[in-house]
Amino acid sequence: MTTLVIAEHDNAQLKGATLNTIAAAAKIGGDVHVLVAGANARAVAEQAAQAAGVSKVLLADAPQLAEGLAENLAAQVLAVASGYSHILFPATASGKNVAPRVAAKLDVAQVSDIIGVESADTFQRPIYAGNAIATVQSADAVKVITVRTTGFDAVAATGGSAAIEDATAVADSGLSSFVGREVAKSDRPELAGARVVVSGGRGLGSAENFKILDPLADKLGAALGASRAAVDAGYAPNDWQVGQTGKIVAPQLYVAVGISGAIQHLAGMKDSKVIVAINKDPEAPIFGVADYGLVGDLFQVVPELTGAL
Amino acid sequence: MKVLVPVKRVVDYNVKVRVKSDQTGVDIANVKMSMNPFDEIAVEEATRLKEKGSVAEVVAVSCGVAQCQETLRTAMAIGADRGVLVQTDVELQPLAVAKLLKALVDKEQPQLVILGKQAIDDDANQTGQMLAALLDWPQATFASKVELGDGKVNVTREVDGGLETVSLKLPAIITTDLRLNEPRYVTLPNIMKAKKKQLDTVTPQDLGVDPAPRLKTLKVSEPPARKAGIKVPDVAALVDKLKNEAKVV
Repeated sequence: MTTLVIAEHDNAQLKGATLNTIAAAAKIGGDVHVLVAGANARAVAEQAAQAAGVSKVLLADAPQLAEGLAENLAAQVLAVASGYSHILFPATASGKNVAPRVAAKLDVAQVSDIIGVESADTFQRPIYAGNAIATVQSADAVKVITVRTTGFDAVAATGGSAAIEDATAVADSGLSSFVGREVAKSDRPELAGARVVVSGGRGLGSAENFKILDPLADKLGAALGASRAAVDAGYAPNDWQVGQTGKIVAPQLYVAVGISGAIQHLAGMKDSKVIVAINKDPEAPIFGVADYGLVGDLFQVVPELTGAL
Repeated sequence: MKVLVPVKRVVDYNVKVRVKSDQTGVDIANVKMSMNPFDEIAVEEATRLKEKGSVAEVVAVSCGVAQCQETLRTAMAIGADRGVLVQTDVELQPLAVAKLLKALVDKEQPQLVILGKQAIDDDANQTGQMLAALLDWPQATFASKVELGDGKVNVTREVDGGLETVSLKLPAIITTDLRLNEPRYVTLPNIMKAKKKQLDTVTPQDLGVDPAPRLKTLKVSEPPARKAGIKVPDVAALVDKLKNEAKVV
């Protein structure tokens, strides 16, 4: 039994989500191999080789693998897939894009967003926006899985010494091409991996007012998040959205400011260790999950809190 | 060209579902059902493409029990020209749905299939990608902008950290993200008109597909409940709790 983990990276840096996925692979048992598919991505393969618990790294290096196009990446995974009992992807935008394509080609079901491993064929995953946990068993010969990164503690990034083996890169499918990318620039920690997250909702009232969260986030070394209402209203960029359809986070501290706490938002943050809610409505559902709730006007409370820290 | 839009009947997004006491599933008896929100966005996008003149026909498809007809009527009230129901009482998982859709695509020969990115009941986020794989078509998931060109479609996708644009050769698969559009409200006259539109029913057997589930659900349980929290009177008390009790700052 050997597990193949598909590395998430930007051709220079191995993304943290890969380390959580390796942790899930370790729980399944057996050897863990990592596939790095990219262009000029040897540095990434070297980082993957140092991750604890990895016994082999496969490097497929070619220009057509540079941007992680689903058609090429899925073909690359399939090209090396024989012999593996489990194929794991992080449940990121990239992993979710490619994993089902691989599963369908192998004619197996795919298990999405697992948060627990019960045995080599039985996994736990949230359904209905996290309002229920399903335990599912796969009878397929190969298990294709995406791993919710907040469900598994990352393995150590150093200490391992796996061999790097070159894999033949697949040819370009010719079906799709990469046009461009707009990356939101930020000096703050990445939302999905941050230790502290400060999130704003509709209660902020405007994009201008959203800046009231900046000093608080700076003080806490936090990433900024937002509810769907705040994103739809244009107060915050799309990729800050926390919830069922946005990012799933589980930081040590989650501070929800002016967020009512709809089911869809709670799905993205209710596994946080400590939740603080600041809201002027004492009946807001967010207080049902908050460890510490403060009823008050956020425009007074947030600067006061920033000052007190 | 023709566009195929698969739609799913799911528990309404405002309903907080309850796990059954025997842990066999969630209780959906007497619960309000609606069209999956992402699928509404898909129907809206197909309808807009038709209104712009780049699409000739929009066909809505749903797989499942007889009541999925209501979901198809809603799609037709938004703007789909006709509906196809693949009727079965078997529990359908994404791979089975993808195979049923592939059989329909082979029959209908659309140039574009627009699906929602995920259904809010199983939260799988698989069907579109699986259909693309089975057809060997290119895919653009999590679309927030779609521009049809000559023989190709450019799609802007919502990815971690920002946006990414890809160009796909037609025929292609697109799955919608929340910000692609705002679905219109269905009006009464359009609901009446939708009742007269064509709705065909087929079975998985007609399509030559075995829809049997591949994953077995052993149990469905409540997520661990959070310990009840407290309300603090002021900022000083909050900071004190965070520093000394929770020790997170």
